[in-house]
Amino acid sequence: MLPERILASPTQIAATAWELVRSGDLLRGLLVSFLRVAAGFGIALVLGVALAVISGLSRIGEVLVDPPLQMLKAMPFLGLLPLFILWFGIGEAPKVGLVALGALFPIYLTLHAGIRGVDLKLVEAGRTLGLTRLERVRHIILPGALPSLLVGVRYGLSIAWLSLVVGEQINASSGLGALITNARDFLQTDVIVVCLLVYAAMGLATDGLVRLLEARGLRWRRPVVAA
Amino acid sequence: MSPVLEVHGLTRAFGRRVVLDRLELSIAPGEFVALLGRSGSGKSTLLRVLAGLDAVPAGVARLPQRRAVVFQEPRLMPWKTVAQNVALGLRRDDAEQAARAALAEVGLAARADAWPITLSGGEAQRAALARALVRQPELLLLDEPFAALDALTRIRMHALVGDLWRAHRPAILLVTHDVREAVLLADRVLILESGQITHQTAVSAAHPRRHGDLMLAALEAGLLARLGVEQALTH
Repeated sequence: MLPERILASPTQIAATAWELVRSGDLLRGLLVSFLRVAAGFGIALVLGVALAVISGLSRIGEVLVDPPLQMLKAMPFLGLLPLFILWFGIGEAPKVGLVALGALFPIYLTLHAGIRGVDLKLVEAGRTLGLTRLERVRHIILPGALPSLLVGVRYGLSIAWLSLVVGEQINASSGLGALITNARDFLQTDVIVVCLLVYAAMGLATDGLVRLLEARGLRWRRPVVAA
Repeated sequence: MSPVLEVHGLTRAFGRRVVLDRLELSIAPGEFVALLGRSGSGKSTLLRVLAGLDAVPAGVARLPQRRAVVFQEPRLMPWKTVAQNVALGLRRDDAEQAARAALAEVGLAARADAWPITLSGGEAQRAALARALVRQPELLLLDEPFAALDALTRIRMHALVGDLWRAHRPAILLVTHDVREAVLLADRVLILESGQITHQTAVSAAHPRRHGDLMLAALEAGLLARLGVEQALTH
């Protein structure tokens, strides 16, 4: 119905998908892309949690951490890509860095808001129970902020995949992005569509993983909507 | 016996409003004291100081090491089971068993592994009571702990607190605005007015006391009059 150079037919896409799986190209590319997201998101998670805890728990921390992060956030982070290439070259670093930067803000913002939103009455109860400051953070503040953090993790993951797609368009010699770039050069719309579908599937899969964690970690909550 | 709690000249002001005005208070070990006062009389401010939530502003407060508080809301951590809540901050090797024993004592043994959100209001407040008692406090501070409960549950809680007090004998300071509750439970009823204790009544009736006791009703009427509430006795 459509010319092949606009969009391949569904049967053609299915056949190509099978071919890419059989040859191992897809799996290899997928693994490389997945590792980039994992590394970038891991960095964002550690950094975001640390920064949110610092600025969430102390006045001085907030003054030191929050304004610079808000400034960075105001910048369209994908626009930093040219700078990243200048700084880190065209290897793995700019791609992982872009993923980390994109995922950092949702994690930081939601955990910070979660910490600030913890019921002060519970914190006071903790003080009357003789909990030290560290114990109050561990037993009251962090568990209380966990629901918001998990929202940030899910949102951050979707941004991580988005950043990866952009990052992989520049001179990637491996990963799903490289497959797409090569396919573009040879007008293989079927390969492009397969790769896009795989990106979407990976996004859904990682989101499902976090929802699973959520269901386990937040068992104590009563669902608003009965299952 | 030296008092378990002694407060001299306790003063606290927010701006120009004096909330506690050279307050004097002393509670003997094992004594059950009820503190009445209208809202805004400084009850909550006093309790926060005694609980250690606010620093002693001006004056002297000698407080025992082992204190425990039960608030108007249960204030259980929703992400911990009932037993974990009771054991929270308990620095003993057998914290878990002690928590379960305390829960059994308030009649909640069966709910030890439940999440707090699944408890009824009365159950949650009993859990809060167990969490306070398991610390074997010398002074137990009760901040209107029954105010949010329904009338029937409240009567049961009165009996439970009375039983627990006789079994463990902590000194108790019960802050309440319910005069009937005060005369039912306490040895001594104080009235806090504009930051000072302006009146005290000893209640000598033997424990356990019954709801509807005539002598208590007379005391209650007297205290209500002192609080400025004239009862209409036209039946």
